[in-house]
Amino acid sequence: MVRIGAFLVGLFFAGWLLVSFLMGAAAYISEPPAPTVEHEFHLAPKHVDFSFDGPFGKYDKAQLQRGFQVFKEVCSACHSLKFVAFRDLEALGYNEAEVKAIAKQWAIKTPDVDPKTGEMTGRDPVPADHFPKPFANNVAAAAANNNAIPPDLSLMTKARHHGSAYVYSLLTGYREQPAELLKKFPDAKTPEGLHYNPYFANLNLAMAPPLTAEGQVTYGEGQPKPTVDQMAKDVAAFLTWTAEPKLENRRTAGLATIIFLLIATGLAYMSYQNIWADKKKKA
Amino acid sequence: MGFPWAEQYAPKHPLMQWIDEKLPLPRFVYNAIGAGYPVPRNLNFFWNFGVLAGFALVIQIVTGVIMAMHYGANDLVAFSTVEQTMRDVNAGWLMRYAHANGASFFFIVVYIHIFRGLYFGSYKAPREMVWLLGLVIFLLMMATAFMGYVLPWGQMSYWGAKVITGLFGAIPVVGEPIQTWLLGGFAPGNAALNRFFSLHFLLPFVIAAVVILHIWALHIPGSSNPTGVEVKGPQDTVPFHPYYTAKDGFGLGVFLICFSVLLFFAPNFLGHPDNYIEANPLSTPAHIVPEWYFWPFYAILRAFTVDFFFIPAKLLGVLAMFASILLLFFLPWLDTSPVRSGRYRPTFRKFWWILLADVAILGYCGGAPAEEPFVMISQVAAAYYFAHFLIILPLISRFEKPLPLPGSITEAVLAKYGATDGEAAAVPAE
Repeated sequence: MVRIGAFLVGLFFAGWLLVSFLMGAAAYISEPPAPTVEHEFHLAPKHVDFSFDGPFGKYDKAQLQRGFQVFKEVCSACHSLKFVAFRDLEALGYNEAEVKAIAKQWAIKTPDVDPKTGEMTGRDPVPADHFPKPFANNVAAAAANNNAIPPDLSLMTKARHHGSAYVYSLLTGYREQPAELLKKFPDAKTPEGLHYNPYFANLNLAMAPPLTAEGQVTYGEGQPKPTVDQMAKDVAAFLTWTAEPKLENRRTAGLATIIFLLIATGLAYMSYQNIWADKKKKA
Repeated sequence: MGFPWAEQYAPKHPLMQWIDEKLPLPRFVYNAIGAGYPVPRNLNFFWNFGVLAGFALVIQIVTGVIMAMHYGANDLVAFSTVEQTMRDVNAGWLMRYAHANGASFFFIVVYIHIFRGLYFGSYKAPREMVWLLGLVIFLLMMATAFMGYVLPWGQMSYWGAKVITGLFGAIPVVGEPIQTWLLGGFAPGNAALNRFFSLHFLLPFVIAAVVILHIWALHIPGSSNPTGVEVKGPQDTVPFHPYYTAKDGFGLGVFLICFSVLLFFAPNFLGHPDNYIEANPLSTPAHIVPEWYFWPFYAILRAFTVDFFFIPAKLLGVLAMFASILLLFFLPWLDTSPVRSGRYRPTFRKFWWILLADVAILGYCGGAPAEEPFVMISQVAAAYYFAHFLIILPLISRFEKPLPLPGSITEAVLAKYGATDGEAAAVPAE
């Protein structure tokens, strides 16, 4: 009885799936799906080398500081970094006094309540504060940015596939829309107010090219020349750190754990062999 | 429990004797996973995975309980409390990554455990109850994992919850009220998040309870073994301790090495980047996909694209997805061959490999976007999945001619390793 019922259920599901397959295949052959503009013109992130690549890579603190500088002078005008606190910057090699100064001089104020009147006001951030948001709320952010809300950058490099390379590619990827694209997809012209960038998922993004000229940010003595490429790379490294600040701790702990486990497993193997010796003699 | 020749618990220390009289818990443990449980002597490394699954459950409970101390089950703060755990809690990143990857490893281990059972016929009499309880654990795991994935309240959390609870909406007439009742609203929100957290905390302990039943049911007939021939006498078994505790200790080491490689060096490899974007009900991700361990079932769900007369395709997909798991409950009565092990079933063995490849293909298609050719491939693969269990397997067990079985476990072992001290001379090969 069970087997007859099972046979009928199996016949139904398998049969109807094959019917669906045949109908789908017929449609696929008679009307192959039209290629989309994203399929043809979207590019995977460029290859780029970072000091933190590979299983034992570490952050380059000088690069993170440069990247922070780019964030401070360019990105932070529109983008928040809400999961990072000023005190976290000590990991970049700044000392306590420097962090205090960075917080105090930050252009955006931390919202607070006036202790006397109880009214909303702003004050200078302290190291314990997270980076204040550049806009009071999403409505203000959209209103100031042509209706697009600049996303928070704290986790950006983990929120995209190959995030570090993606940020670098996006920042250096702005270009004219290819003539070939317009010939093939005349409807796909970049709308007014958007900017063509093949590394962006739907090819057109609201953000205007943020890094446009060499020397836009002034790097300190002994640092590489602030070309657009270098600045993009540095800020991508900085945003990798903001997304994964514990990366170095994780790798160090991982190495120690695996060495311990290799030894422990070796011993466990020997004890296993020892205990089983009388049961499994090779002939 | 166990065979008549099982070693008896005989505590020497007066304190242990005193405890044994009042509450024989040490005796219970001794008989369950100590020297008092005789186990076939020929188990291969695939028999390690039951213990590994139990260990994975412990990892999940320990890391999960610690994470719950830092988590806020409220849609306004859930995402940021998880980030806070990652950044400001001592070793919080370790707990979170161990929990997320621990879930994946739990499923890897359990899938190997299930496919081992399928190959060696572990579901057959007298172990049907072990198999059925195992499937109950599997269903509870899926529910727990799904609700756990919602808790960080990222984009995939939110939209995954929306899609999966939406499945209930496909049920005619009562579907939408059920969906609203499950979510506590018309869309996932604070009510849903909060109840998912509550259930996500509860279910692992229910799993632990069913695990105990699973082991209890196993210990009545005793463990199965790669030959599928039942234990015939004391020469066929070894005590669980020290033989299998030693072997499991080594297996556990290998498991932990694999786990650590992923956990410490590629913790986000199995995750989806979109879940690092906070949930946004106004922005739908381009491709909504569940975690990898649900992909085969997700592919079956999406394979139904054509209405069957008055039954909409979506409802068919939902029914098929549930059926794809529920049919496993009937497996002991679908496969009627008296031979358990795939080693002695040449035809069955070939189809087992096809099934393995088929589930892998379904998994790949389930993770791919819902576009051609993936939909067509998953239609064929899903058709095979149902045909395998419901049509092919019953037919094989009726018509297949199995190979000759070894006379006993010891005979099979001696054929492989030769006689050891005090044992009879080798008998002809398997």
